[in-house]
Amino acid sequence: MPADSRLLQTDKLEIWRGDRPLIRDLDISAAAGEVIHLSGPNGSGKTTLLRCLAGLTLADAGTVSWFGRQFAGRPDPSTRARMQYLGHLDALKGGLTPVENLASLDALRMGERLMDIDAALDAAGVSHRRNIPCRFLSAGQKRRTGLARLLMRQAQVWLLDEPFTSLDVNGVAMVTDWIRAHAANGGLVILSTHQPMAEGVVSREIRLEGAQ
Amino acid sequence: MNMNATAGKLLRRDLVLAWRRWGDALNPLMFFVMVALVFPLAVTPEADFMRKLAPGILWVAALLSSLIGLSALFGPDFEDGSLEQQALSPVPLSYTAFVRVVGHWLVTGLPLVLLTPVIAIPLGFTAESLPALLALLAPGTLYFSFLGAIGAALTVSLRSSGLLLPVLILPLATPVLIFGARGAQLALLGDWPAGPLYMLGFMLMLAASLGPLAIAGALRISLD
Repeated sequence: MPADSRLLQTDKLEIWRGDRPLIRDLDISAAAGEVIHLSGPNGSGKTTLLRCLAGLTLADAGTVSWFGRQFAGRPDPSTRARMQYLGHLDALKGGLTPVENLASLDALRMGERLMDIDAALDAAGVSHRRNIPCRFLSAGQKRRTGLARLLMRQAQVWLLDEPFTSLDVNGVAMVTDWIRAHAANGGLVILSTHQPMAEGVVSREIRLEGAQ
Repeated sequence: MNMNATAGKLLRRDLVLAWRRWGDALNPLMFFVMVALVFPLAVTPEADFMRKLAPGILWVAALLSSLIGLSALFGPDFEDGSLEQQALSPVPLSYTAFVRVVGHWLVTGLPLVLLTPVIAIPLGFTAESLPALLALLAPGTLYFSFLGAIGAALTVSLRSSGLLLPVLILPLATPVLIFGARGAQLALLGDWPAGPLYMLGFMLMLAASLGPLAIAGALRISLD
């Protein structure tokens, strides 16, 4: 793998939760255009690993390098601008409408503008609910609204924690298409899911076994 | 990077949310008014005596009602994942935290300051002392918001943080409490409380400049 296309490199990554090691000696190397599927049973550390890659959780040993730069703590602002993390929480306010939610979340992002709010909501299939407070939306509609953020701004790296949760069949196909298109555009997607992924989307699977 | 636009949108979000759930913002205000108004009933209706206690009562009520609203500052954002997004944004978390504390003060602190005349007069303050009182309470409550935010950030991930938060921040709140009450006393005597105002201004500058760094650090620990 040529060094310039390598976006992520971890070296002997080790993360402890409580008094047990959750992830041990993990070396990941990921390049642009890849879709990496983190798999493993519940509690095997998929979420913890994604949070660590995003910079929310600090590794107990080992290093994480993004775009060829190693970070002791959190990645620096310019690196954070090139990454988009979607956790299992949608970061939506029940009292705000999808449009208002996306406006305030978008204000936190700095990447190049790809779509405006209406277009993103339309692409996510929730444009008919755009002006209804999110607490009245179904779980799947909330998920779609949260995912619509991915379309709004350019971010080369997508870190997705269980993106398919509560989505219907069409929703899963829609997000799979987004992932495929993002990778084809030179993006990197690292996702965790228990759903079987469509043929030919995932370029590599990393299986986590959890604590020994 | 356009951080002013980010600040504007975050502020707008917090104000819209507060407007739609105005009952929540009302609680600390009700508390403030009630504490101040039951004192004359319980102690004495004698105006001269109440006047001696009034500065202290006013400031203790302001401090306690500032504490009440604090859990709403980071709690909801922590629960729904908004805080994660703020932490992962290229916008520095300390800047976001600064904006959010100011927003919190606009919703909880500023109404309290504006409401002060309503309880100051029954407590025995003169109408002439009101400008000085407001001038003292504005930086004082903003200081309580910045200071309280550090405690709120430290305790946001704890399940039962009810009593921990006040214990954490009370030691650092006392200087402002003392100078604020002393200033209110001077105002009652008809003096302009320049000295206490300078002190409160200094404490506020300290909290508003260093506070956001501490808040950001505490939030990162809470998110880990």
